[in-house]
Amino acid sequence: MDVVREVVAVVLVLVAGVMSLAAGVGLLRFPDALQRLHAGAKPQVLGVIAICVAIVVRHPSFPVLALASLIVLFQMLTQPIAAHMVGRAAYRSHVMDPRTLAVDELAEDITRSDAS
Amino acid sequence: MTWLVAVGGGMFALGGLAALVRVVLGPTHLDRVVAADVLTATLVCWLGLRMVTTGDTSLMPVLLALALFAIVGSVSVARFLSRPEDEG
Repeated sequence: MDVVREVVAVVLVLVAGVMSLAAGVGLLRFPDALQRLHAGAKPQVLGVIAICVAIVVRHPSFPVLALASLIVLFQMLTQPIAAHMVGRAAYRSHVMDPRTLAVDELAEDITRSDAS
Repeated sequence: MTWLVAVGGGMFALGGLAALVRVVLGPTHLDRVVAADVLTATLVCWLGLRMVTTGDTSLMPVLLALALFAIVGSVSVARFLSRPEDEG
């Protein structure tokens, strides 16, 4: 049983490591802020979840489980807000090219609110 | 478990280093904020790796604080950047 738990924890840590590495490569290679935001969101949510589950699997006790759940909960509450704010600021301050977007619903809303 | 510290820690180090390079290079403040967030997440992952390998879970509150306050920097920078007079 201990071996199984150890293997699961190792796999989860490696998943988080791959996420972190992918985010680093994406941050370096993607051309504008929105695409870097997309790459950077991976370790922020999935990597942190994987690490927290790995900690709980490796050291199963109630305080660790409670703290890990809180960490995952707050990470999943705050990161989408931060990503939304940064994405909106990137759009509104014209640091990215709107022509690279496939769907642009914010532009329709902005024209509608400017017209009224 | 030593090899896990080496492999996992190496991947976190490379990811964090790439984020640090993006913080230095920019080119806009939003890129820097996104990269700083990734750096925080990488720090959380690395502390978690230490806890998995050493069995010392006394740093869990640090992870909680980082998860709670990582939002403050990016939201405040994004808020000030999206003011119309600062566009450009």
